[in-house]
Amino acid sequence: MTPLVLVVDDFPDNRDMYMQYLEFSGLRVAEAQNGHEALEQAFTLLPDLIVMDLSLPGLDGWEATRRLKADPRTRSIPVIALTGHALAGHSKGAIDAGCDAFITKPCLPERLLEEIRKMLDGRPRTLRED
Amino acid sequence: MSRAAAVRTAARRRVRVDAARRLKLAEALLGADTAAACARQALAWLRESLGVQRGLCLFGPAESATVLMPMAAVGVPERRTAGFALDLEARNHPLVIATLGTTPVAFGTNGQPAPSTPLESYRYTAVPLHGRDSAYDLPVGLLLVTPVAADAHGDVAWLASLLGPRLTALRAALRGSESERRLRRERTLLHSIINAVTDPILLTDTEGRIIVANARAEALLAASEDESEGRRRAVALNNMLFSSALSHRAFGEAEPWRHELLLVDPSDGSDLLFELLSTVTVDPREGAGVVSVLRNVTDLRRATEEIEENYRRLRLAEADARAERDRLDLIIDSVADPILVTDPNGNIVMMNAPAERLFTADAAASEETRRAVQANDAHFSSFVSNLFFEAGVMRRSGAIGLVDPRTGEALPVEAISGKIVTEQGEVTAMVTILHDRTEELERARLYEQLKRASAELEQRVQEATAELSRQNELLRRSHIEVEQASAAKSQFLANMSHEFRTPLNAILGYTSMLLKGVAGELMPHQRRNLERVDSNAHHLLAIINDILDISRIEAGRMPLTVSAFAVRDLVGEVLAEVEPIIARSRLAITTLLPDDLPEITSDRQKVKQIVINFLTNALKFTAQGSVDVAARYLPGEDVVVVAVADTGIGIAPEDQERIFEDFRQADSSPTREYTGAGLGLAICRRLAGMLDGAIELTSELGRGSTFTLRLPRVVKRA
Repeated sequence: MTPLVLVVDDFPDNRDMYMQYLEFSGLRVAEAQNGHEALEQAFTLLPDLIVMDLSLPGLDGWEATRRLKADPRTRSIPVIALTGHALAGHSKGAIDAGCDAFITKPCLPERLLEEIRKMLDGRPRTLRED
Repeated sequence: MSRAAAVRTAARRRVRVDAARRLKLAEALLGADTAAACARQALAWLRESLGVQRGLCLFGPAESATVLMPMAAVGVPERRTAGFALDLEARNHPLVIATLGTTPVAFGTNGQPAPSTPLESYRYTAVPLHGRDSAYDLPVGLLLVTPVAADAHGDVAWLASLLGPRLTALRAALRGSESERRLRRERTLLHSIINAVTDPILLTDTEGRIIVANARAEALLAASEDESEGRRRAVALNNMLFSSALSHRAFGEAEPWRHELLLVDPSDGSDLLFELLSTVTVDPREGAGVVSVLRNVTDLRRATEEIEENYRRLRLAEADARAERDRLDLIIDSVADPILVTDPNGNIVMMNAPAERLFTADAAASEETRRAVQANDAHFSSFVSNLFFEAGVMRRSGAIGLVDPRTGEALPVEAISGKIVTEQGEVTAMVTILHDRTEELERARLYEQLKRASAELEQRVQEATAELSRQNELLRRSHIEVEQASAAKSQFLANMSHEFRTPLNAILGYTSMLLKGVAGELMPHQRRNLERVDSNAHHLLAIINDILDISRIEAGRMPLTVSAFAVRDLVGEVLAEVEPIIARSRLAITTLLPDDLPEITSDRQKVKQIVINFLTNALKFTAQGSVDVAARYLPGEDVVVVAVADTGIGIAPEDQERIFEDFRQADSSPTREYTGAGLGLAICRRLAGMLDGAIELTSELGRGSTFTLRLPRVVKRA
C-alpha cells in the first residue's frame, strides 16, 4: 500500500507545496495546520510518516511530537522535523522531543522527499503492512 | 734672868709635896694626850695634893691666840666658866699683866684687889703658864687657884713649870695635825675643782713630763696596761701630738700661748680639735713648769665651718639669683613680644625693649609719636586695671587696639595678663604680654578665603560628582539599552531570518517543482524566466544565510564542531563544489598541496566555508589569468596556511581593511559591477578568529590578490 505522509505546517503555501510534490512523487498525503490537528490526524489516520513544522500556533511541533512519541499507537511513526529557525538549540530540542530527523528550511521538496524515502526504507516492511 | 729660870727658882724655894706625888703628876700630865685632859689632871692634883678648893685653867688654844678661854676647872660650876674669856690685848688688866709675867701673882693680899673671875673668890693666885724655851711667845695659859698653904707655893710653881710646856707641846701637836688635815682637804678640793673642769688641764715640767693632770686630761693622755690596744694607741698618739705642740713653746715667754691641737678621742676614735692655752709657772721649790688648758673647739670649729658653708651657699644662691635675674632680663629682652610688669597702682615698673617702643617716647620724639604712646598707655592701663579689680580672676586675655608709634599704623594685639600673688593672696604685680595679631588676623582672613574657596571647590566637586554619577547612571542605562538593543537586534535578525525563510521556502519549492515539470512541460522562455526566479531566490537565501551567520557569531551562538581532518581532502571538496563556477570561467586553476601536509584539528565546516569564500571571490573578481590554491605547514609556528592567489582586479591599499567590514565591497556604489551582500570576508574573519587563526591579505590594484588563512594545527578551544 502506498505510504501515507502527514504534512503538518501552519503556512498553507508550504504545506500545499510539499503535498503537491509528495503526491506527484507517488505518496499519499494528509495535512494538519497546528499541533492539535496533527495529533487528531495522527491518532485517526496512523500515517506512515509525519513531516512536522516546529513553529506552530497553539500546541507547537515539539510538544505535539512529544505526545505522539508518548502514545503507544503513534510511538513508532517516524517524525521529520522542519524549522525555519537555523539557530543552534532548535535541532537539539527537536531530537529531545523525539523527532527522528531534522531539516532546516529552506528545504526544496526533492530534498524532503529524499529524506522521507530514506526513513521509509529503513522501516521494517511488516510495520508498513499493518 | 729668863722667865723660865725665874719660875724654876721659885719652885725650888717652896716645896711641900713629896717626890712620889710629884712623879704621879708628871706621869698624869704625860699620859694626857689633850690639853683639856692635861689641865684637868693638873687641877685634880692641886686639889688632892695641896687642898686647893677652887681652881680654873685658862688656855690659848692657838699659838697666835690673844684670848684665853676656860679649859678645865675644879670646885667651880661649869655655868660660871661659860662665857668667861681673858683678852690679852687688854694690857692693863691685872690678870693679863699676871699672865705675861713670869711669877705667880697673889690677888687679895697686900692691898692687891682681885679682879672678878669664875672662882668668885676675893683671894686667889694667878700663875702664868709658859712654854719651855719660847720666851718671846705668848703665854699658853693662866692657872687661877684659891689660896694654898704658904709652903705649897713652891709646889704650885713647880706644877706650872710642868704644865706650861706640856700644854704648849699639846697645843703644838694639836695645831700640827689640824693644819695637815686642812692642807689635805684643800688639796682634795683643788683636785675635785680641777677635775670638775670639763677642759683637760695639765701641769708639765720643762721636759714635757706630766706632773698633774685632771680626769679629762687623763682620759686623753693616760692609759693603763689593761685598756684596749686601740685606746692605748690613741693615747700614745695624743701624747706625741701634745708633746710636739708644747715643744714649740719657748719657756722664756711669760705670755700665755695659744696653739691649735688636733687629738683623737680614745673612746671612739673621732677627731677632737682643741685650743691649747699654756702658761709658764715658776714655783720657788718645784722650778719652772707649764700649765696647759685644752679647750675643745671641735663643735666650735664645726659650727664655724657650718657658718662658713652656709655663708658660701648663701653667696652661691645669691650669685644664682643674680644670674637668674640677669638671664631673666636677657630672656625678657629677647622676647619679640612686648612684656610689661605693672604694680598694683597701675604704674609700669618694668618693660622689655619691644614694650618700650610702644609705651615710651623721648623728648625728641614728634608730637604724633607722643600721642600714639599716650593712647597706647591709656588702652593698656584700662585693660590692666580692669583685671586688678576683678577678684578671683588670675588671668585675662583680650584684644587691644594699639598704634605703632614709629609708623602710626594700627597694631592690633592680644594682651595676656596674669596676677602675681603672694602666699597671703595679695596681688603684688601684674605681668602682661602683648602679642601682635596683625599676622594672625591676616592668616585668619586668608584662612577664611581658603575655607570659602575650599567650600566652593567642594560644592563644585560635589556637583561634578553628582553629574558624573548621573552620567554614569545614564551610561549604565544606555549600556543596558545597548545590550538589550543588541540582543533585540540578534533576536530580530534570527526572527527575520525565519520569517524570510518561510516564504523563500515556498518560492524555492514551487520554482523547483515547476522546473521539474510537476505542472507539465515548460516552454523554453518560461523555463529561462523560471530559472532566473530560482537563481535570484537562491541568491536571496545566501544573503539571508550570511546575515544569520553574523548574528549567530555576534550572539555567541555559533557552535564549534572540532574534528581532525586532512586539508588536502577539504581543498578537493571545495574545488568540487565550485566546479560549476570554474567551468563557466576561463581561468587556469592550480593547486599546490604537499604530501607532508599534516592533519589539522579544527572545525572542518568553518574552514571549508572560509576556503570556499576565498575561491569564489577569486573566481568572481578575476576576468583572466589564473587562480592558485596552495597549502603548506609551518613547523616552527605549528601553523597550516591555505592561500588563494588570483590575477584579478586587486584591491587598493586604502580599501584593504574595509573589505573585511560588514556589508562592504571595495566598490560600494549602487552601480557596482560585482554583486554580493559583501558579508563574506566579514564572516570569514570572524570564523578565523573563532578558530584561533587569522586572515591576511596582500594585493595590488590591477595585479591581483592573495588571501591567506593561517590556522593553528590544533585549535585550542574545545
